[in-house]
Amino acid sequence: MPSTTSRPRRAGAATPYLFVAPAVVLFLLVLAIPIAYTVYLSLFRIEVSGLGLGKGSRKEVFTGLGNYARTLTDAEMGAGALRVLGYGALLVPTMLLLALVFALLLDEDRARARGFSRIAIFLPYAIPGVIATLLWGFLYLPSTSPFVQLLTELSLPEVDLLSPTGIYFALANIAVWGGVGYNMIVLYTALRSIPRDLYEAARIDGCSPVQVALRIKIPLVVPALVLTTLFSVVATLQVFAEPTTLAPLTNSLSRTWSPLMKVYQDAFARGDVHSAAAASVVIAAVMFVLSFGLLRITRSRAFGGER
Amino acid sequence: MLSLATLIRPEIPMRFDIARKAVAAGLGLALLVGCGSSGGQEPEGPTELSFWAWAPNIEKVVDRWNAAHPDRKVVMSKQAQGDDLVTKLLTSAKAGSGPDLAQVEFQALPTLVSNDVLADIAAHASSVKGEFPDGVWQQVTLGGDGVYAIPQDSGPMMFYYRTDLFEQYGLTVPKTWDEYARTARTLRTKAPDKFLGTFSSNDPGWFAGLAQQAGGSWWSVDGDTWKVSIDDAATKKVASYWSGLVAEGAVDKTPMYTPEWNKALNDGTQIGWVSAVWAPGVLAGNAQSTVGKWAMAPLPQWDAASPRTGNWGGSTTAVTAGSKKQKAAAEFAIWLNTDPEAVAALVTDSGVYPAATKAQTGSALAKPPAFFPAQTDFYATAQRVASTAAGFTWGPNVNVAYTAYKNAFGAAITGGTDLAPALAEMQRATIDDLRASGFKVG
Repeated sequence: MPSTTSRPRRAGAATPYLFVAPAVVLFLLVLAIPIAYTVYLSLFRIEVSGLGLGKGSRKEVFTGLGNYARTLTDAEMGAGALRVLGYGALLVPTMLLLALVFALLLDEDRARARGFSRIAIFLPYAIPGVIATLLWGFLYLPSTSPFVQLLTELSLPEVDLLSPTGIYFALANIAVWGGVGYNMIVLYTALRSIPRDLYEAARIDGCSPVQVALRIKIPLVVPALVLTTLFSVVATLQVFAEPTTLAPLTNSLSRTWSPLMKVYQDAFARGDVHSAAAASVVIAAVMFVLSFGLLRITRSRAFGGER
Repeated sequence: MLSLATLIRPEIPMRFDIARKAVAAGLGLALLVGCGSSGGQEPEGPTELSFWAWAPNIEKVVDRWNAAHPDRKVVMSKQAQGDDLVTKLLTSAKAGSGPDLAQVEFQALPTLVSNDVLADIAAHASSVKGEFPDGVWQQVTLGGDGVYAIPQDSGPMMFYYRTDLFEQYGLTVPKTWDEYARTARTLRTKAPDKFLGTFSSNDPGWFAGLAQQAGGSWWSVDGDTWKVSIDDAATKKVASYWSGLVAEGAVDKTPMYTPEWNKALNDGTQIGWVSAVWAPGVLAGNAQSTVGKWAMAPLPQWDAASPRTGNWGGSTTAVTAGSKKQKAAAEFAIWLNTDPEAVAALVTDSGVYPAATKAQTGSALAKPPAFFPAQTDFYATAQRVASTAAGFTWGPNVNVAYTAYKNAFGAAITGGTDLAPALAEMQRATIDDLRASGFKVG
C-alpha cells in the first residue's frame, strides 16, 4: 500500500474532480436530466381546439399541479395500488420465508447435494419474467394445463387460478418461483459468514440444530433479511411485466391492473405523456418514502451495532 | 426533448430560415402551376423513400416498384405492427425522425391526423377516389376535404365453420343471429364439450365490427363537436345478444388469440369463428391440422332481407407530414394500392384482401386461399359480402375506447354480469378522455 507521502504533490487541484467526473456525468445524463425532464413534462397538458384534426390543433399548455391532482384522485390508480398491496402481502412473506428455510437447510452441514440444490433453486431467477409468465400461463390455462388434467383425472374439484381471486395467487406464484433463489443466495451468503465457533459453543451448551437456527443464525442474518425485504417490496410495487404478459390470456386482469400498467397505458395507449409523467413522479415519491421508512424502522434493531 | 428544442431554436442560422422561405415559395408556386406536373416542388433526380409496414412479404411487392423505379427507391423497414406502430409513429414524429410512408390501420387515422403525423395528400390523390368503394374512401378522408392515406386492404367480417363437424351434428349454417343462437344451443346439447364460438373481451376490433353490422355509429362529427355514442341502440343490441349467449353458456367466454383458443380451434372444441376475410391466414397458422375442413359463409344477419357486414381490421398506406418527398411518396402509395400488378402481388404474396374495387374481380382472387382448397367461390362470396360493409367514422381516441373495452368487458365476463353496463363504462371512459384533452363533446 503506498504511503500518503508518496502521492505526487504537483497534481493539480483539478485531479479529484477529474476522477469523479465520469460518475457525475453519468449521474447527470442517465438520472438527473431524465428525472428533471419528467418533472418538467408533468407540469403541462395538451389542449385541443376544435375537432383536433387540423394542423396545429394540439398545443401544450402549463397546468401547474393539475396532473398531480388528477393522479392522486384517480380511482383506477388507487384501486391498482390496493391490488398491488394485496399481491405484495401474499408474495413478500411467502418468498422470504421459503428463501430463509432453504438457506438454513443448505447451511446445515449434514445436508446432501448442496451444490446441486443451490443451483436448482437459483436457476429460475435466470429466466426473464416475460418468459416465466408465458410458461406459467400455459400451466394455468385449463385446456393446456397438465395440473388441471391431473385434477380432473383424480375427480378432484378444478382450481381456477385465472379467476378474479385466483389471479393474485397465480401472479404471486410466478414471482415466488423466480425470486426465492435470488433471496436464498443473499441469505445463504450471510449465513456462511457467521463464525463457526459460535455453533460449536452453542452445541456444547446443549443447543439442538433447530435451536441453533432460531437463536443464533436467524438473529445474525436479520440485516440481510431487512435488505431482501426492502428489495422485494420495491420490486413488488414495480410489478409490470408479469400482469402485462398474462392479461391477454384471461378476462380477470385489466390492462391497468398495477399502477405502472396504468402509467404505460396513459403514455402509450392514450398518448398523454404529461399525466403519465405526473403519475411516475408520484410512484417514485411513494417508493422513496416507503423504502426509507422501512429502513428507519428496522435500522435501530438490525444495524444497531454497525453504525 | 421539447425543452432542448426551444433552447436551440434561436440559434438556427439565418440561411436555414431563407431556405425555408424558398421552399414555402416553391410550394406555393407548385400549387399555382397545378398538381399534374411531375416533381414540381420536389427535387428531381434520384431519391429514397422510407416505408414502415408489417404486412407479410410486402417487401416482395416493394421490390417490384424498385425494379421499375430505380430513381425512387423505397426502403422497407418492419418496425412494429398495428397499435405499436402507431406509438412509434407518434414518437418519431415528435423527434422528427419518422419515415416517409407507413402502413396504418383505419381506426388509427384520426389519432395520427389529430397529432399532425400524417400529411394531407388530397392534391396528389383525389383522382383515385373512384378506385375505392365510397365507404372505404370516407374512412381516409375522415369526412372532410383532406385525404390522409390510400386504402390498402379491408376486413369484411364473415362466418367460418367446420364443415365436417357441422355435418356430424346435423347443423345448418346460420343465416341470422337468431339462427346462430339456436345453432349454438343445439350444439351444446349434442356435444356439451364443444362451442360454436366465443365472446372475446380481448378483441375490441371484433366487437366494433359486429356493432358496425348492426348499424352502430360510435363517433360522429357535428360542426366542431365530437359526438360519442358507443352505447347507442344498435351496439346495445349486439352487447345484450352476446350477454345472453354467454350467460346461458351457449358460447364460450375465453378470449381469442390465446394458447387455449388455438388448441380449441385445432382439436374441434371451437367449431365456428365469427371472423373476417383474412381468417384463412390465421387458421393456417393456429390450426394447421384442420386444413380443408373449414368453409366460409356470410356473417349471420339481424335482418336477412338487407344483408350487412362490418369491418374487423383493414389498413392503409399513409404519407407522413414530416416527409420532404410527399409527392413521390404519394405516387408510391397510389401505385401500391391501385396498380393491377402491385395489387395482385399484395394478394398472392401478402395474403391481404385489397380495398380497390377493380382488384376484387382480378385474376389474383380467382383461386381460393390455400387453407380452403374446396371452396372455389371463396373470393366471389367475399366480394359479395364486402360490398355490404357499413361505413364507419373513427374518433380521435380509439385506443382509449379499446382499452376500456378490454377492461370493462373482461370484468363483466369474469363477474358473470350483464354486458350493457360495460358498454356504458366504455362510453363514459371515451367521453371523459375527450373532455380531459379539451375536445368539444356533444
